Amino acid sequence: MKFAVIQFPGSNCDQDCVAGINSVEGLQADYVWHKKTSLRDYDAIVLPGGFAYGDYLRCGAIARFSPIMKAVISDARAGKLVLGTCNGFQVLCEAGLLPGALVRNRSLRFVCEMVTVRVELPDSPFTHGCTEGTLLRMPIAHGEGCYFADDKTLHELNHNRQVIMRYADDRGRIVPEANPNGSIENIAGICNREGNVLGLMPHPDRACDARLGSADGAKIFRSMMETVVAQHARAA
Amino acid sequence: MKVNVIVKPKEAVLDPQGNAVRDAMRHLGMPEVRSVRIGKYMEINVEGEDADLEKRLHRLCRDLLSNPVIEDYELVKTNGARKTSAIRKKQK
Repeated sequence: MKFAVIQFPGSNCDQDCVAGINSVEGLQADYVWHKKTSLRDYDAIVLPGGFAYGDYLRCGAIARFSPIMKAVISDARAGKLVLGTCNGFQVLCEAGLLPGALVRNRSLRFVCEMVTVRVELPDSPFTHGCTEGTLLRMPIAHGEGCYFADDKTLHELNHNRQVIMRYADDRGRIVPEANPNGSIENIAGICNREGNVLGLMPHPDRACDARLGSADGAKIFRSMMETVVAQHARAA
Repeated sequence: MKVNVIVKPKEAVLDPQGNAVRDAMRHLGMPEVRSVRIGKYMEINVEGEDADLEKRLHRLCRDLLSNPVIEDYELVKTNGARKTSAIRKKQK
């Protein structure tokens, strides 16, 4: 099964993503340069972290107009799985595939640390095998990861169960002390209404090997693989 | 045509950068400062001048130069006059 990892000028987690995905048996990842215009050959799409276009203007603001984004948007609308981590999450919000926006961390600090997130939706395409309340440990590294949405959008996100993960303490409590960046309601990751597009500030790509502190990120890639297998089985 | 575009964070959006600058101003002897909001200012020089051009500029203000989820923008035609620098010079 083939995953595409999009490379924008300024992406810097593209190699982490490819290595992380390739560490999952059954998955193979390819780099896809942002000037390409088709993602037909891929079963899923990953937008990596980094600083696409130097984060000029706003994070993700220019990357969303890269030629490849037309294919990302049309494939996402057709139901293909799309995962954006960190800068990739910012690009997905700017592109309108996910609601809300990511703004400057409340502390004004760039935060680079291991965090715990609680899985809020157990059977999403990205969290197969995780029961509700499962705690995952993944690193974060961002200066603009404070999730913001207006009251109406926030209500819809909760009502439609689109909040996939929240920052939690090591006992799974959603408390302000566990919130590394000031995100509203400790939101770490959300999906679109249809559930096939996920944006996540933590880096699953940097948590695919226990020797590096955690292998929880691989669960997300594995879950995506299982979802695609199920999709293919249904289509056959 | 010359235009200035000012992009500001929306009222409901927290502006930690503005708060940090507000606190610094208070520290530097101006406790009267109530709030500071920090946005972006762009000077744009465009060839030509007509209503259609202005309409297209507004569209780009919404699509690229600002993010309507978190920001408001103002587009002002200036005819090349740079008011801000004129005021600064007078004060010197």
